Amino acid sequence: MALKLARESGHPQPQADQSHSPMAIRGLTVSYGEKPAIFSVDMTVEPGAMTAIIGPNGAGKSTLLKAALGVVKPLSGNVTCWGAPLGKMRARIAYMPQRASVDWDFPTRVIDVVLMGMQRELGLLGRVRTKHLERAVSCLSRVGMEGFADRQIGQLSGGQQQRVFLARALAQEADLYLLDEPFAGVDAATEKAIIAVLKDLKAKGKTVVAVHHDLSTVRDYFDRVFLINTHKVAEGPVESSFTEETLQSAYGGRLANLPKGAVG
Amino acid sequence: MMGEEFVALSLPPMVIGTCAAVACALPGNFLLLRRQALIGDAISHVVLPGIVAAFLVTGVIAALPMMLGAGVAALVAVALIEVIRRLGKIEPGAAMGVVFTAMFAGGVLLLEQSDTSDVHLDVQHALYGNLESLIWLDAFGWSSLFEWEALKGLPPELPRMLATMLFVSAFTWVFWRPLKISSFDEGFARTVGLPTGALGLSLVIVAAIAAVAAFDAVGSIIVIAMFICPPAAARLMTNRLEVQVAWSVVFAVISAVLGYVLAGYGPLWLGFDDAVSAAGMIATVSGVILGLAAVFGPHRAPVGAAAEG
Repeated sequence: MALKLARESGHPQPQADQSHSPMAIRGLTVSYGEKPAIFSVDMTVEPGAMTAIIGPNGAGKSTLLKAALGVVKPLSGNVTCWGAPLGKMRARIAYMPQRASVDWDFPTRVIDVVLMGMQRELGLLGRVRTKHLERAVSCLSRVGMEGFADRQIGQLSGGQQQRVFLARALAQEADLYLLDEPFAGVDAATEKAIIAVLKDLKAKGKTVVAVHHDLSTVRDYFDRVFLINTHKVAEGPVESSFTEETLQSAYGGRLANLPKGAVG
Repeated sequence: MMGEEFVALSLPPMVIGTCAAVACALPGNFLLLRRQALIGDAISHVVLPGIVAAFLVTGVIAALPMMLGAGVAALVAVALIEVIRRLGKIEPGAAMGVVFTAMFAGGVLLLEQSDTSDVHLDVQHALYGNLESLIWLDAFGWSSLFEWEALKGLPPELPRMLATMLFVSAFTWVFWRPLKISSFDEGFARTVGLPTGALGLSLVIVAAIAAVAAFDAVGSIIVIAMFICPPAAARLMTNRLEVQVAWSVVFAVISAVLGYVLAGYGPLWLGFDDAVSAAGMIATVSGVILGLAAVFGPHRAPVGAAAEG
């Protein structure tokens, strides 16, 4: 109990109600070598909002997502989803890794990748039935890729591959979507298609969290920001937390390279 | 060729060779896609001292002690690699190379020093097995396949290899989707709750079981070749994992059967007197198949170049 109190007193502004948050992260620390990649990070994901995770290269943005989902093992910290342990809530969470994290030469078709999003419901030996295929195709059509179902994934452009990954996340039919750099290296058409899908998810009451690089589009795309540079820098609505001041403390001297007008 | 002679002398080695080839090729597909293809090579090198040690301790060649010996040898190898990597501060690939070859060489020395003259365990057999000697003296033609008395006289390697192949096939079938997902995208696989660490370890253990079972009958040359050649050739035939695995089985069977026939009769057709090593020929055929697939396979083009329209 004493420990618990001490922990809470370390966070003078406790978030209102963690049990409603799709994902509440407390004291998450990850290290790949000697230096921590992220250090004692707290994050409370706002339900029904679109949140951008922002920070300079190597700030631990992807690591935060991966550690929160158990893809990499954190040194310490804990994660609850809707007030329950992560392990019990996996069915309600979709994850889209960075496109560069997989081998696109893998012998598989677009439709097979989307079907991977249904692994939890299919289980070990469940057969892929027509209804699954139809759902997979409808996920593909939501990202404008329905004509590519039979293509080998290596034959797609980078933007198309990104959309296939998004379709797989959609196939998970989750309530919380965690996306790692969904707009990295994609063409303008893909960026438009992806943001349309994300806004549609939000309209349906889903929660979206995305690692984001392009500071000039933060205001257009997102409701909330989470600034990180190994430590948490700021968290909150775009209007109050996406300011010159918070960016300066996240990016330091590198802010000079930012596009003009990124911050209002 | 007389049916009677064929069933007694050629059928058992052909079946054993085929089962060994398929048992190694199936996990080989996934190892290849995970860029761990050399694990098959590594296993077949590392297990030799373990198998020899197991024989020296028990005095018999039996499946269980051999499996245990091989398992212990694999653990020793993993520990040695880690120690060399940490203390020697050299890159993991070099540490593995040193440990594998050193352990294989140690196994060879151990073999030479021990008295294994009355069993099929010596340096030659470690390399290319004893496929030609696995004959079925109780057979008197095809009808023997239906006679219990005759079947009891089958070389014990045959049921052992058949069971291994069935086990490996069952593993591949049951864990097909988890293996596929975790081979393609391990991070995602973890987020949908798949135990990726256990899956990867199971795959290596299954490959090791296939390697050790095949080792005794067909030697390490076939094991090494079958882990890599049929899956690599199959990858060049298709862009779908299901089809790739099917092709790899076809190539494994062709290598085993054609290799055995060529080894037994090829030299005679060419006017030479003696047959050549079946294991060597089977591995050679699998290499030729890979070569042909690399030249004529429909999906040999590098990724991106195939994108059209």
